[in-house]
Amino acid sequence: MDIRGTFPILERMVYGKELVYLDNAATSQKPASVLELEDRMYREFNANIHRAVHLLSGESTDLYEAGREAVRAFINAPSRENVIFTSGTTNSINLLATCFTERYIRKGDKVIVSQAEHHSNIVPWQIALGKVGASLEVIPVDDRGELRMDIFYRMLDQHVKLVSVAHVSNVLGIVNPVEEIVAAAHSRNIPVALDGAQGIVHSKVDVQAIDCEFYSFSGHKIYTPTGIGILYGKKEYLDEMPPYMGGGDMIDKVTFEKTTYAPLPLKYEAGTQNYVAAACFAPALAYASDARVDERIVPYMMEKLQQIEGLHLYGVPENLERKVPVFSFTVDGTHPSDIAQILDKLGFALRSGHVCAEPLMHRLGVPGILRASFAPYNTFEDCEKFIKALGRVLDMLK
Amino acid sequence: MSIKEIEQEIIDEFALFTDWMEKYEYLIELGKNLPLIDEAQKKEENLIEGCQSRVWLSCSLEDGKLVFKADSDAIITKGIISLLVRVYSNQKPEDILSSDFGFIETIGLKENLSPTRANGLVSMIAKIRDYATANCA
Ligand SMILES: Cc1ncc(COP(=O)(O)O)c(C=O)c1O
Repeated sequence: MDIRGTFPILERMVYGKELVYLDNAATSQKPASVLELEDRMYREFNANIHRAVHLLSGESTDLYEAGREAVRAFINAPSRENVIFTSGTTNSINLLATCFTERYIRKGDKVIVSQAEHHSNIVPWQIALGKVGASLEVIPVDDRGELRMDIFYRMLDQHVKLVSVAHVSNVLGIVNPVEEIVAAAHSRNIPVALDGAQGIVHSKVDVQAIDCEFYSFSGHKIYTPTGIGILYGKKEYLDEMPPYMGGGDMIDKVTFEKTTYAPLPLKYEAGTQNYVAAACFAPALAYASDARVDERIVPYMMEKLQQIEGLHLYGVPENLERKVPVFSFTVDGTHPSDIAQILDKLGFALRSGHVCAEPLMHRLGVPGILRASFAPYNTFEDCEKFIKALGRVLDMLK
Repeated sequence: MSIKEIEQEIIDEFALFTDWMEKYEYLIELGKNLPLIDEAQKKEENLIEGCQSRVWLSCSLEDGKLVFKADSDAIITKGIISLLVRVYSNQKPEDILSSDFGFIETIGLKENLSPTRANGLVSMIAKIRDYATANCA
């Protein structure tokens, strides 16, 4: 199989130049197999799921559940009951923050996050914890961008009710030592939730091997259409937590006096789901299973970027095996938005700004960064072209 | 010169550029050359916070005309700011209000004025208009 697949959008020209899409950490482009299924769903099988006995509804439901099975297999979850469809990582973490807090967290309790979290793994906790008088504790990162595990160990006390950290930071591109985090937390009977928005794309995720209690991610970063995501959870927690939203298919019996809820996973899937995007997990993950980013890219980028005078690269793990192809940097005397704007005109799509991680920007002492993030459909040539273009832009700005 | 005349002058300058890189090189030059605002004026009340870049704008009234000084931490934004200052500083409030700020679009920099760019320029223009409104005779 051609692991680059076919990505129709990559044929596009921008400002008369070939598009080099390096904003993959924000969202991925879609392979033809995904686009075809999405189109066929609306043309051939469109009907609301789980609701009716007619043929189309049956077909649509089967495709939805096939999407779930594809996810289950991809992350090696024990059962479909562990795999909840949400609208994305942010939605998954909001669900978790609301329901977990309601069930397990009381005044004075703590949830541990890290300094390198995306806002989506900070703000939902602030909202939920604030309501019960609980608070966040923050694991700092060192100058390389690694979590200060020594401090983390000391933070684990009887007030900590959950550790919720990114598997891979969307800025630093470092794979956090999640096995070690889980082992340390479990030794104190503390459950662990992982924000896998970036991790799912770049690491092999086996939720049973990692042994985390929860794992969240978005479909759109791993080749599905937007508007679908996953909350993986261990059954004992999903059973014990209250439902998140009410209505639709999440019920068993409804009367005005008392309502009982549907079994997992439907208990958490209120209202009409994005069944089209959910079904697309099957082709998307089939692509993801075989696709790998060109392994020359990480060492090349690390070397070339660090050779540029005045350039500061954020997220430089001691062991390059723990670096994913997400490169965030600033250059002395230049503003990230200037660089991004000129690169755009040269055909390079990059992200600039605080990239939804303001606390980390404060830690790094910068208002924003420039981020180049690669996917399997980027070629090694893309990355050589990028380094050249960056040099040209910096010459203009110096 | 009137607002219209200065605008035309800028439009003519930009007409010489054949590609984006030339435009940016020019904006960068403008941004580099001008010390636009005193450090002392870079204070909180003059700050227009954008998500990407920050802009400072101060305004004073001299002989019935508004004098603008502005700055940004991003050089392309600063270049565009220097164009806005060139056009609107030393003009009467009434004249500023009757202008449509359309030359930015004509010279192909409209995307920099899109609210989603969040570079402070949209708010800067709104502020210029606010100052003009407040000082209208
Ligand atoms: C680490 C991380 N967490 C959470 C999110 C939020 O994902 P979404 O916007 O799909 O909910 C992102 C995506 O930007 C991310 O990179």
